[in-house]
Amino acid sequence: MEKRFANGTLALRGVDLDIGRGDFLSLLGPSGCGKSTLLRILAGLIAPSAGSLDWPTAPYDARGAAQPKLGFVFQEPTLMPWATALANVALPLRLEGMPRAEREDRAASALARVGLAGFEKAYPRALSGGMKMRVSIARALVTSPDILLMDEPFAALDEITRFRLNNDLLTIWQEARFTVVFVTHSVFESVYLSERVVVMAARPGRVVREIAIAAPYPRDEAFRTSAEYAALCRTVSLGLGEAIAA
Amino acid sequence: MSEAIALPRLEEEEARPRPAVRRVLGLPRDAWPRILMPLLIGIASLAAWEIAVRVNEVPPWIVPAPSVIWATLLRDWHTLSVSLWITLQITFAALAVAAGLGLALAILFAQSKWIELSLFPYAVVLQVTPIVAIAPLIIIWVDDVRLALLICAWIVAFFPILSNTTLGLNSADHNLRDLFRLYRASRLQELFYLRLPAAMPLFLAGLRISGGLALIGAIVAEFVAGTGGRASGLAYRILEAGYQLQIPRMFAALFLICVTGIVIFLVLGLVQHLLLRHWHESAIRREG
Repeated sequence: MEKRFANGTLALRGVDLDIGRGDFLSLLGPSGCGKSTLLRILAGLIAPSAGSLDWPTAPYDARGAAQPKLGFVFQEPTLMPWATALANVALPLRLEGMPRAEREDRAASALARVGLAGFEKAYPRALSGGMKMRVSIARALVTSPDILLMDEPFAALDEITRFRLNNDLLTIWQEARFTVVFVTHSVFESVYLSERVVVMAARPGRVVREIAIAAPYPRDEAFRTSAEYAALCRTVSLGLGEAIAA
Repeated sequence: MSEAIALPRLEEEEARPRPAVRRVLGLPRDAWPRILMPLLIGIASLAAWEIAVRVNEVPPWIVPAPSVIWATLLRDWHTLSVSLWITLQITFAALAVAAGLGLALAILFAQSKWIELSLFPYAVVLQVTPIVAIAPLIIIWVDDVRLALLICAWIVAFFPILSNTTLGLNSADHNLRDLFRLYRASRLQELFYLRLPAAMPLFLAGLRISGGLALIGAIVAEFVAGTGGRASGLAYRILEAGYQLQIPRMFAALFLICVTGIVIFLVLGLVQHLLLRHWHESAIRREG
């Protein structure tokens, strides 16, 4: 797959990725390696210049949908400041035309899933950065997506909040088993979270290595301090070093 | 989705604490200086004016003392209140039309860059044309004086609403717009759920500017119409009092215009606050 922007920049060259159902995949690379562009192509927000995106339609046919349902989490919480947490989370359902009572029910349970029960009526400005990000995740989950696309969602948060959100994300993922494509530029985050790390290089954006993270789930603080984790981080760091030098 | 397991609920304390606001006579304590200080300055200036006029024995047909103006206001209240009512009607009708048409045009502009490119310069032309210069024409062309005044006031008032709302409709967060696209929102959904709410603060700021301008437009148009002796609003009372050298009455009418302008400004400010208090930065009290 390739992507060339209107100004002639080649953002992605020869990207060929297989993503399995239920995978947790991280895209790791320096700025300008096209990882966000790739994510936006996956989301259907921009079209590839060459190549295609093939969804394995068969499993989705049962539901009568031609495409998998997507959830997208941006780097910023991207909430509507004029709407309560509940209304923000209910937005995707409202756009589908779901009746109010039903969508508010589902939005409330999505908020509970991310640990925000009781904050339904809070406006975004009354919430901390980490809580806003949780609302954003709840909104992505409310449609029960097949694929969750996350674009450096925790990059702007402090480390303690990020660790908590990493753990909570893993808990939710293990229970619901949707596919996650997680863009990050943190080696540690990508190793901690994912089953597979795809290392990308810049100018032009391309995949240089794929590293499997074989450690079993559930992963927790014990894993974060283990020798195995350190060794994996080293491998991925070296891979990233090569990508930056390439 | 499998049966959802909820994560343990976050502690309330992670939410930002709301400091308790101390209230005096129903208002937050630090709101009082904002009311009292301007009031104090006003009273001091009026007192200085009164004293200066009395001490120097300035005749009322040059500068009337505040007490004389007040007495005239009470004495002529019947005539003045009728005129005030006429001016108010024109002002509010013009403001309502300006808000409605400004909003509608801004929505039209937001539908396509081409429409905006082609029409916006003409809105600017309308804005920069001095109303005093075209008011006589409008009054000649439009038979109904009220309608002519309304058109003049509308021309003055409508541009801030149009330009602010156009800007507001285009300033919705780009990621949110992507999100709407991702969920295949229709144009109408995007307009109602995203662009209009995002434009609200700027629309209201425009409305606040236009409130004062509608009053100015109405007064200016009345002046022009008044020279033809065909109007009866507050501006006409000022003209009439000028001809008859009833200077205190002129001041009384001027006072009513000022008060009207201030009340419009305050009321629109209150509307702005009530609509935005939950979310917009402008309505948020900063701590410390």
